[in-house]
Amino acid sequence: MFPFNFEWIWDASHLIFMGGLWYALSILGAGMTFIVIKTIIDTAQGKGGHHH
Amino acid sequence: MDSALIPKGVKRCSFFQFMGGLGAVGLVLAWGVYAMLLCWIKGLNQTNMNDYYGFALWIWADLAVIALGGGAFFTGLMKYVFGKDELKHIINFAVLIGFICYSSALLILAIDVGQPLRSWYIFWHANVHSMLTEVAFCLSCYFAVLTIEYIPLILENRQIDKVPFWHNLSHNMHTYMAVFAATGAFLSFFHQGSLGGVAGVMFGRPFAFREHLFIWPWTFFLFTWSAAAYGPCFTIWLVRITEKITGKKLVRETAIQLLAKLAGWMMFTYIIAKIIDTLYWATVTAPGLGFTLKDFYSNNPFYGFWILAAEIVVCGVVPAVMLVMPKVRQNPYGLFIAVTLGVIGVSLNRWVMVLQVMAVPIMQFDQWVMYIPSWQEVATTILPVAYGVILVMISYRYLPVFPNEAELNPIEPETPPVVEAETAESDDTAGAEQGLTPAEA
Repeated sequence: MFPFNFEWIWDASHLIFMGGLWYALSILGAGMTFIVIKTIIDTAQGKGGHHH
Repeated sequence: MDSALIPKGVKRCSFFQFMGGLGAVGLVLAWGVYAMLLCWIKGLNQTNMNDYYGFALWIWADLAVIALGGGAFFTGLMKYVFGKDELKHIINFAVLIGFICYSSALLILAIDVGQPLRSWYIFWHANVHSMLTEVAFCLSCYFAVLTIEYIPLILENRQIDKVPFWHNLSHNMHTYMAVFAATGAFLSFFHQGSLGGVAGVMFGRPFAFREHLFIWPWTFFLFTWSAAAYGPCFTIWLVRITEKITGKKLVRETAIQLLAKLAGWMMFTYIIAKIIDTLYWATVTAPGLGFTLKDFYSNNPFYGFWILAAEIVVCGVVPAVMLVMPKVRQNPYGLFIAVTLGVIGVSLNRWVMVLQVMAVPIMQFDQWVMYIPSWQEVATTILPVAYGVILVMISYRYLPVFPNEAELNPIEPETPPVVEAETAESDDTAGAEQGLTPAEA
């Protein structure tokens, strides 16, 4: 649910519940995006040719 | 046939033996899938749920696997956030079990909602006053965390790891895993707790209702606490069973002992809190609502005081005391008995908080209502077990689930007779071309 949905109400319940969901999803999404971008850069630089 | 995919330095059964095992478990899986399709196509009339039992076997299984899967978040929290590095020897398996438990929970819910195509409604049309909404949010997000934790294990497959991109991705995911582990612990705290909170806020059900701290009833904290305490027991229990089946030592004893010790102290403190909670509920909360303790445990064919004693004493106090005593914990039989009792204890707790809550009569004209699940419910509850066994089999065969397996079970190279060695020279050369040592091949 987003603030532009007709069911949205600007109250504490909606802000805490939906805010918590977006917060968690943002951490996971941003974390994975960062890792994928770093991996692309690492691979382009020729890293990962050997195995650890 | 598939030797190139098997981790280096470990021995596995033949491919045909493996496929035979998969086929046997696959039959059970197919039975569960058939029952699941019946529920989806014909509807929830395939179950024995009714107006008394809106929550039934599935919800018990859901709560039980979520509690048992708590080993993943607790082990991850201890390793990545509190720096218990010894747990790195068991974290892969804990993540695998967590992944299986949470995907099973979501599968069971997909059957239980009856209309799985509308599952997304809970996110789009969320009821922000429901603890179950919080459960759905945290459960989905935590499953994403477990998937993120499981992916590097897949990428470490011998062949996939040869591709530089996948190798780098696995390496980078490992490097930043602490962020996801901490997020997972945060999410677990809330969804485990809210599952307990659902029962504790039901003021119309005196058997479940508890006093509150702000908006959270004590059951909120007890559920999180018990998952952190009993989840690792399930991980250890499955490690021991896998070791028994494979005939190998798979995890360093130091890691097992550390996890068992942590679980033991968590259980010990939990069970003290649970006893205090039970005493207060029995002497203050329930009488305040017009009930005596005897009302909850008599005049019915199944729920007697035995279930309270079994949950709190036999499967609570006893394993907790066993695990905090080093001598008992270090004894293989003592450890196995303790974790087995722990697994039964938390499952019993979830049964009581789901099923007995429904059975207890509330109104004067009510009677105890017993519930026996239909075969479709039983089959769909066994379905995740079969799925879990299959995923463990595949992961164990092709992925480095147990990083110390090769070290703990060295393969002794066979010394062929001199004459045969000369004649077999060409065969050895062919093996070397594939990059395999004879033992691995």
